[in-house]
Amino acid sequence: MSTPLLELRNVTKIFGGKSDYTVALDDMTLVLEEYFPKIIAVVGESGSGKTTTGMLLLGFYGPTMGQALFRGQPINELKGADLFQFRREVQAVFQDPFAVYNPFYKVDNLLSIPIKNFKLARSKAEAHELMVDALERVGLRSEETLGRYPHQLSGGQRQRIAVARALLLKPKFLITDEPVSMVDASLRSTILKSLRALNQEFGVPILYITHDLTTAYHISDYIIILYGGSVMEAGNVDSIIRHPNHPYTKLLVSSIPWPDPDLPWGGSEELIQKSQVAFVPITGCKFAPRCPYKMDICETKVPDLFLPERDRGVACYLFRDNAIMPREELSNVFAV
Amino acid sequence: MSEALLQVKNLKVYYHVEVGAVKAVDDVSFDLGFGVKMGLVGESGSGKSTMALALMRMIKPPGKIEGGQMVLDGMDLVKLSEEKMRQTRLRKLAMIPQGAMNALNPVMRIDKQLIDGMLDHGVFMSKEERKTRVNQLLEMVDLAPKVAKMYPHELSGGMQQRVTVAQSISMEPDVIIADEPTSALDVVIQRQVMDTINRLQEKLGLSIILIGHDMGLMAQTVGSLAVMYAGRMMEIGETRAMFRDPLHPYTQLLIESLPVLENKGVFSGIPGITPSLLNPPEGCVFHTRCPKAWDLCRDKIPAFSEVDPGRWVACHLHTA
Amino acid sequence: MQRGQGFKGFLNYIRRNPAFGGGLVLLLILLLFSTVAGFFVPKEGAYPLAVKSKQPPSEEFRFGTDSVGRDLLPTMIYGTRMTLSIGMIAGVIGLSVGTVLGFMTGYFGGLFDTIVKFLVDVLMTIPQFLLLVMIASSVPDPDKMTVWQMGLVLSIVAWVQPTRAIRAQVMSMRERAFVMMSKLSGMSGMEIIIKELMPNLMPYLAISLASAVNGGVLGSLGLQTLGIGNLREPSLGMTIYWLRYYNAFLQGYWWWIVEPVTVIAAIFIAFLLISIGLDEFANPRTRRTV
Repeated sequence: MSTPLLELRNVTKIFGGKSDYTVALDDMTLVLEEYFPKIIAVVGESGSGKTTTGMLLLGFYGPTMGQALFRGQPINELKGADLFQFRREVQAVFQDPFAVYNPFYKVDNLLSIPIKNFKLARSKAEAHELMVDALERVGLRSEETLGRYPHQLSGGQRQRIAVARALLLKPKFLITDEPVSMVDASLRSTILKSLRALNQEFGVPILYITHDLTTAYHISDYIIILYGGSVMEAGNVDSIIRHPNHPYTKLLVSSIPWPDPDLPWGGSEELIQKSQVAFVPITGCKFAPRCPYKMDICETKVPDLFLPERDRGVACYLFRDNAIMPREELSNVFAV
Repeated sequence: MSEALLQVKNLKVYYHVEVGAVKAVDDVSFDLGFGVKMGLVGESGSGKSTMALALMRMIKPPGKIEGGQMVLDGMDLVKLSEEKMRQTRLRKLAMIPQGAMNALNPVMRIDKQLIDGMLDHGVFMSKEERKTRVNQLLEMVDLAPKVAKMYPHELSGGMQQRVTVAQSISMEPDVIIADEPTSALDVVIQRQVMDTINRLQEKLGLSIILIGHDMGLMAQTVGSLAVMYAGRMMEIGETRAMFRDPLHPYTQLLIESLPVLENKGVFSGIPGITPSLLNPPEGCVFHTRCPKAWDLCRDKIPAFSEVDPGRWVACHLHTA
Repeated sequence: MQRGQGFKGFLNYIRRNPAFGGGLVLLLILLLFSTVAGFFVPKEGAYPLAVKSKQPPSEEFRFGTDSVGRDLLPTMIYGTRMTLSIGMIAGVIGLSVGTVLGFMTGYFGGLFDTIVKFLVDVLMTIPQFLLLVMIASSVPDPDKMTVWQMGLVLSIVAWVQPTRAIRAQVMSMRERAFVMMSKLSGMSGMEIIIKELMPNLMPYLAISLASAVNGGVLGSLGLQTLGIGNLREPSLGMTIYWLRYYNAFLQGYWWWIVEPVTVIAAIFIAFLLISIGLDEFANPRTRRTV
């Protein structure tokens, strides 16, 4: 078996000091392969650990415990040519369409610098060709965008350029963190379409990190639901959204306001907890304090993944009568 | 329509900058009935946030209300003196702002913040009465009494937003303007806060203008919907009718682009970019991106007319 | 942060920011006074026994003369030049060192950062002036201290504030998304510092330079007023030392007092206005996001 491209092995990430700390991720294992033209959504609310996951995979955070690996090597120990290869092969699209630009330079920089550093073109003319082509793919005209400063363009244009950059680089893996949340609704589809194209036409696997279940449902093949730094449920996105198993997933899905007046907010009353203080426990299932189906075992031991179906794992003792899978093997649900 | 609680007629709000006037709100009209929930939806640059500020008469220079009327209970808010407007705010017209964290005073306890507005309006209450009122308000927004003595930073985002809701209803106004009250909140908390707002609206019989860009939220919450684009009003109608049979091409495209369970994998957007409000296009402001535009759209601004009872649209397809 | 590039943008900025413009003009006047005017006025008059002493301002001696026969016009001209030079030497060295240390520690952190931070904390806690007095007095032949020697002594403390300010800015900037993007684009740490961070920090560097030069001037005045430094060559601080020594107040030689004080005030006001002006530019709130 070949070395996976990216891997989080029993990673725990803790922020803060001795007395006032937060566990952003708790013992998370995720294996991401190279030639895997699928989109995996990582969904959770704020504090779920989803952004931390992305940051760890990009090497911007280091794990407190466990390892974050690129082709088998710890990311924070990469140097020289290996580090360069890492940067070449793993790319990102971030949430804020303004913050990714250095306001001092024209937007062209976002595209031209990686072309130059990664030697994607042999001449200035060729580089320009690449840029024009990538911009066209996201529905932008180079005459309207190149040569401008970031503040001269709209948020939607800036974000599209960021996506064009990903298309241009054709990385081995793309990590997107809320790529459309700061973009208007009418533009979201265009950007999501570009991401989907990158995935299907060029075979680039994408990690789609978001809190928005609707866009996650639309673009991804698989989904990982995070809460309090742990995986609640993971697997095929269709079955999970249409028929959620985990109580937390049920809560999430029932809270989605679908743009259809005939499809009201669903969910049972007992599930809609008006939790005043949502604290995350240290032992046991992270969702237990808010869960109406809580049992004793939920508070003492973190549940492994149970498999009611081959392509979905639920970390919930309600499903303990199914096949069990250790949490380290989470990625197996994507292999189906 | 004389039974309307609030009537906005031909409102214009322009921002005067060095190079010209940015027409943030340009000739917008709508009516708000008694005890109804209306949604005002638009994307960035549509003018909806300016609309919120204009209704509260909180437009600051270089912005200015250029023209039009906002008639609430027989008074034209545009022409009101600042003193009279101050008395109207909170008492008759209140706002739930976006981002409660910025709206709450970080160094003041919650109970004081809830009562302050009322005291400013000259309501005299003994210490006992104040305590009762605070507990009453907290209960109405599903917050525990102990929140009264806490500071904003000790509360979660959802709880902070509930406090601003409580502030807005403290004098039981006729109209509440909710400016994207849940955009900073997670989807589960959003639902809880919206539940609270809905319940309060029913109980107190007040009218709400819900401003936002989330069509899903609108579909679940409001009875009627007003769609703005580039400072102008495109269409108004009952929510169900708007979703089932949108008349304006912009509304049509907007609804088509929304992700729902059925259309997984189908991505359709609106090509082009929003026009400059400094130099809006001639004629219909949407014609540059409209798939159904023709010559008339370029030359003449379509009149905002009632094509069916309660259904208004500004489009030559329906009004020419 | 940087819109309206180029010289035109610069002029435009001055127009919208009178404080900055005023400060620049004042500084320009001072510079012209201390340099160009020197072409017309020879330096010999700035030494004792050059001319008739104790003369109030008149046709012959525009600025009057002092108790020992210095013509105060060349004294002021060359004195301003010397004081400003000392300030600039201290300021430029202080800023250069501060920039390097600030960027390196702010961006890379680590052991180096810990050491520098410790040094900065020490220097901020101890009375810096006392330290300067001790060091300046230890210079061999302090009475004949040159401009460069004085400038170097002052630069020992001039680097501290710039380092702190720049380090703080760099630390907040390195978390920004565009820095992450640069890393993803294969840029190395040094490249990011020079190409991405430094242009954005130009206003802070300018402010730090202004205050470092200002601090250098103040430091030199402090030392010279106490009599530490070159007492023969004309400088503003030396002028103050001598006017106190010869009791100019009691003798009623008002011109001898008013002139250096006015020039010193002008220097400080000029730098203050420049700092205010630059501060407004550096403040992100002035950034337009349309």
